[in-house]
Amino acid sequence: MLTYAIRRLVLSVPTLLIIALAIFLLLKLAPGDPLASQPLTIPPEVREKMREAMGLNGPWYEQFWKWLVQMFWIEPQVLIDLIFGTEISWQWSPLLADVPQSWIDENLAAGVIRETADGSLEIYERKQRIMSWETRSPVMDIIAQRIPQTLWVVGMAYVVGILIALPIGIYSAYRQYSIFDQSGTFITMIGFSIPPFFTGPLMIVIFAVQLDWLPSVYNTVHNVVDWDSFVVQLRQMVLPVMVLALQTTAQISRYMRASMLDNLNQDYVRTARAKGLSEAVVVGIHVLRNSMIPVITVIALNVPSIFGGAIITEVVFKVNGIGQLLIGALFASDIPMVMTLTFIFAFLIVMFNLIADLLYGILDPRIRYD
Amino acid sequence: MTDPTPIQALQDEGPSAPSRSQSQDIWLQFRQHKGAMAGAFVLIMITLAVLVGPYIWTLDPTNINIRARDIRPMYTSLWDEWAKTSWAHPLGTDNLGRDLLAQLLSGGRASMAVGWAAMVLTLLIGTTVGVLAGYFKRLDGPLMRLTDLFLSLPILPIVLVAVTLFRGQFRVSKAEPFAALGIDWQITIGPVGEMFVLIVAIIGITSWMPTARIVRGDILALKEREFILAARSIGTSSRKIITRHLLPNVLSPIMVSATLGLATAIITESALSFLGVGFPSDFPTWGKMLADAVSRMEQFPERVLLPGLAISLTVLSVNYLGDGLRDALDPRQRGR
Repeated sequence: MLTYAIRRLVLSVPTLLIIALAIFLLLKLAPGDPLASQPLTIPPEVREKMREAMGLNGPWYEQFWKWLVQMFWIEPQVLIDLIFGTEISWQWSPLLADVPQSWIDENLAAGVIRETADGSLEIYERKQRIMSWETRSPVMDIIAQRIPQTLWVVGMAYVVGILIALPIGIYSAYRQYSIFDQSGTFITMIGFSIPPFFTGPLMIVIFAVQLDWLPSVYNTVHNVVDWDSFVVQLRQMVLPVMVLALQTTAQISRYMRASMLDNLNQDYVRTARAKGLSEAVVVGIHVLRNSMIPVITVIALNVPSIFGGAIITEVVFKVNGIGQLLIGALFASDIPMVMTLTFIFAFLIVMFNLIADLLYGILDPRIRYD
Repeated sequence: MTDPTPIQALQDEGPSAPSRSQSQDIWLQFRQHKGAMAGAFVLIMITLAVLVGPYIWTLDPTNINIRARDIRPMYTSLWDEWAKTSWAHPLGTDNLGRDLLAQLLSGGRASMAVGWAAMVLTLLIGTTVGVLAGYFKRLDGPLMRLTDLFLSLPILPIVLVAVTLFRGQFRVSKAEPFAALGIDWQITIGPVGEMFVLIVAIIGITSWMPTARIVRGDILALKEREFILAARSIGTSSRKIITRHLLPNVLSPIMVSATLGLATAIITESALSFLGVGFPSDFPTWGKMLADAVSRMEQFPERVLLPGLAISLTVLSVNYLGDGLRDALDPRQRGR
């Protein structure tokens, strides 16, 4: 099992590299000048300098290599610095900019600048990170600011969706073709078919406008400090969570039902009943435990797609998460941000695929990977 | 000496019912699925409406008439007798006075066209990859790795990125060869046609993987059967084996994944329009009508409800149709 896990982990490295290359080439191949939005009055030589500062001048493989180094070498260093308070992402680099002498003197005294043996100046600064063209700040910092909102809403929606889906799936399998099962099938079909950009506005019209129970816009700067503010937070989360949970519930309850049906007709269930076990024990323990195996892997597999699907929900409810960040970056042609975010989505998919496979092996003793 | 009379149970007086062909069997099973029948009916109705509708309701959906703006649908007069309604615009108009019914009909045309075209492209790619991977052992490894790779791509972000970055660029680069042929790009194909090709291509390229996997699995199993061995032993070429013997046998999973593909394509197109990266802004689609109406949905809920219902109803009927097809085409389910 451990060797299998390690092998899969090693194999996922080339997969991720190829995906990163594909995304990078897609962004590179796209026609259009990243500087097109700048004023036309900028003279060509300044424009050329701007291109150089944005790292657009080298050949594409050099640009890709730089992105790889920044993503997998420098960003982890920054993270380590942040956690342990070390300074491994900092280095002495030559001072290239033209700065006034007073500034140099001041910083020489502070120890930020030093003079090398051959008389040139060096500055102690952080290594070059992936920079957003739109905000001119490190991409990872912005993503780190946005992820909590997405995780709160999407994560909560996923948990709520699963908690609703499992009992529905179990009961509709236990009473197959009953009225409950039929209506469950119908509601699931509706959950599959109605897109979130329709359920979202619909819920806003019903619950926020007509009934005036819940706020329609997610307030991201709201701080939870006491019970009242916690209630406010809960209230503003209800609508987006409901919209996302409808999709999750529809999917997971179908899987749960199918998996329960597979198990309910098996011999061991008849044996359990013949032993005189109560129905609650037979269904709740014997059948449930066995039918949870495929369902849990499906739950793990669906986590990344939920992140992708949350883009629309975030736009509808104005949740300031990474989905909205991607849309905003796209419209602003912020290529480094788009590249990094898309890669993070791909990374999530690959990792959760791996987790699902491993979970299957751990949960089902019949499966041997060696 | 007379022939021995067979005992009662073995007497064979011919079949009790006329024999049924396979397609009749499928149709019988399909008819029993009420949801599928209803789905097929609704889908045909919607398709007919968007195909024929614009010829009957001839108002131009892009015609701006500022004097007739913000007209409510006729049914609002049931509870609000002072509502501004008019029989000239039975479903009302939007904030620029464009007729809502005409917009719904022509928007449906766009959504359906994208859905069908993307579905056909998905099937073509998926079936080709699946058949090649399943039939030729040498191609199996690389093609399936490719499928796995595509499956690990984040689809919605990639589609968004591709549509946003590539839109409006064909005109500049591709207009000249067309002009040499005497075709004016702007008029014949234009921004709408260009967007149509772009969206269909991108949806097709990013959603063929499930079809390929299903087809490959079925081909792998069929390939080992005796009738394929028989075909090969009389010298049938690989191409003939695939087209004559293998493809007809994998038709049912392909049809089921076609319905799924149609539903996903319609939803994806609407989502793109909703996010504002789809068709040009003066070209109505269901997704864009919905997106435009969201900001004023308190006063005019019908402008959100009508296109939203149209999308949902179409997708729901396609999904039910797929459900029925799956049951009808599965010989193990049939006759139960």
